[in-house]
Amino acid sequence: MTDIAATALPVASRPSRRDIGLKKRYAAEARFRMYGIAAITFGLMFLAIMLGSIVSKGYTAFWQTTITLPVTFDPALIDPQDKRASDPSVLVKANYDKIAQQALAAKLGINPGDKSMMARLKGILSDSGRIQLRDMLVADPSLMGRTVEVSILASANMDSAFKGQIDLSVPEARRKVKDQQVTWMNQLAAEGVLTKQFNTGLFTFGASSRPETSGLGVAIAGSLYMMGIVLVLALLIGVAASIYLEEFAAKSRLTDLIEVNINNLAAVPSIVFGLLGLAVFINFLGMPRSAAVVGGITLSLMTLPTIIIATRAALAAVPPSIRQAALGLGASRMQMVFHHVLPLAMPGILTGTIIGLARALGETAPLLLIGMVAFVADYPATPLDPATALPVQIYMWANEAERAFVERMSGAIIILLVFLMAMNLTAILLRRKFERRW
Amino acid sequence: MNKLFITASAVALSLAMSAGVAAARDQVQVAGSSTVLPYAKIVAERFGETFSNFKTPVVESGGSGAGIKEFCKGAGVDTIDIANSSRAMKDSEVESCKTNGVADIQEVRFGYDGIVFATDSAGPDWKLNPADVYKALAAKIAIDGKLVDNPNTKWNQVNPALPDWDIAAYIPGEKHGTREVFEEKMLIAGCKESGGIEAAVAGGMDEKAAESACKAVRKDGKAVDIDGDYTETLARIDSNKQGVGVFGLSFYENNADKLKVADVSGITPSVETVASGEYPVSRPLFFYVKKAHLGVVTGLKEYVEFFLDDQMVGPDGPLAEYGLVPAPDAERQEQRDAFTGGKTM
Repeated sequence: MTDIAATALPVASRPSRRDIGLKKRYAAEARFRMYGIAAITFGLMFLAIMLGSIVSKGYTAFWQTTITLPVTFDPALIDPQDKRASDPSVLVKANYDKIAQQALAAKLGINPGDKSMMARLKGILSDSGRIQLRDMLVADPSLMGRTVEVSILASANMDSAFKGQIDLSVPEARRKVKDQQVTWMNQLAAEGVLTKQFNTGLFTFGASSRPETSGLGVAIAGSLYMMGIVLVLALLIGVAASIYLEEFAAKSRLTDLIEVNINNLAAVPSIVFGLLGLAVFINFLGMPRSAAVVGGITLSLMTLPTIIIATRAALAAVPPSIRQAALGLGASRMQMVFHHVLPLAMPGILTGTIIGLARALGETAPLLLIGMVAFVADYPATPLDPATALPVQIYMWANEAERAFVERMSGAIIILLVFLMAMNLTAILLRRKFERRW
Repeated sequence: MNKLFITASAVALSLAMSAGVAAARDQVQVAGSSTVLPYAKIVAERFGETFSNFKTPVVESGGSGAGIKEFCKGAGVDTIDIANSSRAMKDSEVESCKTNGVADIQEVRFGYDGIVFATDSAGPDWKLNPADVYKALAAKIAIDGKLVDNPNTKWNQVNPALPDWDIAAYIPGEKHGTREVFEEKMLIAGCKESGGIEAAVAGGMDEKAAESACKAVRKDGKAVDIDGDYTETLARIDSNKQGVGVFGLSFYENNADKLKVADVSGITPSVETVASGEYPVSRPLFFYVKKAHLGVVTGLKEYVEFFLDDQMVGPDGPLAEYGLVPAPDAERQEQRDAFTGGKTM
């Protein structure tokens, strides 16, 4: 190469030509690489800050302070008039608070007659202990008169204090946890009665006004219902529309117009779909408010353009030779599409669908208008029952006043991120496994 | 393949259509004020726990105005049963309800909420008067009997007793019911105290225009509207230790280790001082019940009665524990009687 250049161009006449800019070009490339690295570092830094702050605030949500006590179902307290044989509602209405308080007092060695000490015991055990004991006894009346070990959740304030999230240096009057309660907390912890356990309730409880009994159960159920509906509706309609547009429809002004509109819809803010859902499904068709089915259909509409664009791209990427070969061997157009083109385009379609689903999973704005940003405590038995969604629960918890909701919110974000990561990972794996190159 | 395709589409479509048939509802639906939401949630949850034969009511948040709008959409099981509100329903809203067929509305006033000013817990003690707030935050204030653009930049220019802090106040945005109370009880009251109304009238305005001039908040960035919830205001104060925020009393009580509350007109806000009426910045909380739904929606009547029971709204109930200021005994009884008596607006 240098020989040819040397013979073709007399060195003397243009001595500096080959040097021109070479250094500069190398320098420019080095600079460009640096910009690139800087851009990536910048992005990674923010990702690290975001994940760091969420995880550092949220990892504690996966543990819950629990107090294990020997609880005596004392008939003298539950059913003083001994009427339970004739009137079973006595068991439901009894004062279970008192039973739990007495069990705690016995453990701490407090005389139940000491009213001022007993008053301070309130706020250590969760208020849900009452419901827990009631349900235990109603389910198994033979517990009456017996003493059993029961794990009762600690109240949210106790939980926060035990996790060190309440500043105990401020004056006692201005905090929710009093000094005496902290002393008892440390005593119980030293005896191994008060322990931190894995917080299964975070995954199984519905929404609650008590931080310690609030969980993502209803939200996860609602999100699953909606994802199911989105998967069925958006995938079917999206794939059908794309196959027709890509393989059957003749190019015309109409199809161009449709294409422009689909691309346009993909960029429409999601709140607009919420307005549409409210107007069409709830106000016009009279579907129930807050129901997962309405959310699912609304999110399907939102996801459709994404799926159509991805599917059309995947179909267009199948080489024409395959179509021609199929047609040449006598296949009908439909056989060609369903036997050859569609299976080959499937990895691309699935990737697009999963990415669309992931977007729908993280969406809150359209759900606000159809009433799914709500307090829902009961599990939805069918998609027609009221439900919430994962991002909605995060939003609701972010607005709560109690300190204990902060960690739960961050914990819920971690769970949502895990879901999203799993979906995106599946998309990548599917593509890797089934992708073909021609 | 295509047979499967068609069947699946048919199944999906029929699922979508079957939802359209709204049957009689067995779950109470509530929407409205984010201030009332925590109370409604507590009641809804306990209602579900106490009565195993009823479902737990669904409580949406979204603001008083939005809730009332949804409430006034019409009567019928596909509309909500109760609207929570942190202010009384306006006449225009009652009118729009009537035109949409919601003629009989039962108003329930279930308690009171204090509105407090708070700073970071490390700051000095604050003693505010409505006039100080007006002079610090209004767009125009009266100086020598004339309305001029607000020149104050520090709190101690407003009142020498206040700290030498730059004015930075985080106040509820226009969509909140709290804003209205803040305007009325602080800005307009302060305006009257400091002679702003007379100055405005002297400048050629009528009484009404003068009042709206009083409640116009300065737009130079010293008063910041917070459209989110109190958690956002708290975050602002966390990042600006010399900021002053407006909170609900219950929110403050849940975060008393992070915040220091200001006295207003010499009174420290607390459940007691709000209940007795000494503390000036408070408001009643409401919910509105659609009378046509009583007896149609399962559990609606029981939910309202449960809400109004002393076990809930009384001084020893869980709502008071959360920060609700309970109404006096006689008023609670009056509200219960009005509801059971079927009194409408």
